[in-house]
Amino acid sequence: MFMHKRETVFASLENFQKGGVQPINDDPRNYAFSNIFEVASTAEPYEKIAVGKNLKYVLEAIRAEGTSPWFTASHDEAALVMDGEVEIRLVKLREKIVADDHEGTTMLEGKPDGRRMGEIVASRGHMALLPKGAAYQFHAAKTAVILLQTIKGDLTVERWNDICQK
Amino acid sequence: MNQFGYRDFNLGEFSFRRDEYFAHIEWPGGTHTVPVDKFLKALIRDVAWNFFYGIVNFDDVFGTLNHYGNVDVFAGLYNAGYKAQKKEFVRNFPSEEVRGAFAAILDDWTNEGFDPFAAPEETGSAFGPKRGSNPIAVKRKRVTAARMAGLKNDTPLRSDADGHPVNRHFADVNQTEPKVHAEPGFEDEVHAFNFFAYLSRSDVTWNPSVCSVVKDSLTCPTTEEFVLPIIHGNDRVEWFVQLSDEIIWDVSDRETGAPRARVTMKAGDVAAMPADIRHQGFSPKRSMLLVWENADSTLPELYASGKLKPNPVDF
Repeated sequence: MFMHKRETVFASLENFQKGGVQPINDDPRNYAFSNIFEVASTAEPYEKIAVGKNLKYVLEAIRAEGTSPWFTASHDEAALVMDGEVEIRLVKLREKIVADDHEGTTMLEGKPDGRRMGEIVASRGHMALLPKGAAYQFHAAKTAVILLQTIKGDLTVERWNDICQK
Repeated sequence: MNQFGYRDFNLGEFSFRRDEYFAHIEWPGGTHTVPVDKFLKALIRDVAWNFFYGIVNFDDVFGTLNHYGNVDVFAGLYNAGYKAQKKEFVRNFPSEEVRGAFAAILDDWTNEGFDPFAAPEETGSAFGPKRGSNPIAVKRKRVTAARMAGLKNDTPLRSDADGHPVNRHFADVNQTEPKVHAEPGFEDEVHAFNFFAYLSRSDVTWNPSVCSVVKDSLTCPTTEEFVLPIIHGNDRVEWFVQLSDEIIWDVSDRETGAPRARVTMKAGDVAAMPADIRHQGFSPKRSMLLVWENADSTLPELYASGKLKPNPVDF
């Protein structure tokens, strides 16, 4: 019997291949087809570019490079590291900074006032909770990519015409 | 019990019987035949998913439409030929009644050694006369995290010890957990886990499980191999993020089944499935797919009434 060696194919900033939409009777734009690594490859560090949008909810592709500002949200967010290694620093805010009905990520000015919660060092394939009411900061010594599950907010960048197949 | 050892079942005016190779469905004015392995693979997902979001087409004739509390069971409703001749047949039932009937069929018709959730290379045959049963396989519950998998009091992570070895196709997936340091008092909130390792240990295919929750935003990763055993008709937009390997999707019109597109997704690709389509996927190697859903219960009506456009973004 032929012994086939199976290899799981993940992609990275350095090595990704795109598929695509083959229209039969449709407009490819209906599928908003993009690639996380392609989007991150031309993004500014910590720019939050929507690659998925389901009404108010978004998935954002983030190029992690160096140290980010501090962020917070009134709701949980989830960060999935798609490439590289990212340190996540967490602080429990002493006072509520964002109203409960304000959704999406908010950037803090300067350092957060609160108690240190802990740190996470996450690599490709690791998912981290960014708990509501906490401030968080990313740090990536080398360029990394994060997929962030969150809600469309003041910092969300929508650039569909640039990133999607037409 | 029939000559092959299987029970016959009724659900309202629908009747179901199986022989060695096929499931036979009858209703007033029509009959339909489905290979029994295909039928059981669709049936187990319909039951485990509680009829999922929208339409679960077992094939191009038979299926269910979820109204979230009650369910349409139909034949020919989303088939252009049946519709043109007014041959479609639909009956509405309380969800519990359909789930009870389908679970009983699944339990009786699934033979020992056949797991309808498994990839073809990982399971035995569905065919032949009745040969035992497989209650562990058919009574699996869909995994649904309340906040995030692995958190205290939430859905647990997977390990060898709890019967989730790394799948043969994912033997090369890194199993190293993230480094997590929590200060005293924050052990339950400072949390991370190896999402890819968790997926590599899934013992089922084409079975999205909720892993992280942001209000109604649900990440539902799943591992896929061979063919999606149903053709999913959307009642809202859903999104796919291909995490590893490749899946090819056939996309058709939700109502008629007329082909609209083929979508090839490679690792890192993101694509929406519009609210007015049906889709079926083909995964040549076991792959990791993140299905992203919006669980807002008002969406089906908003899309059906045209208040929301079927495509997620305009550009």
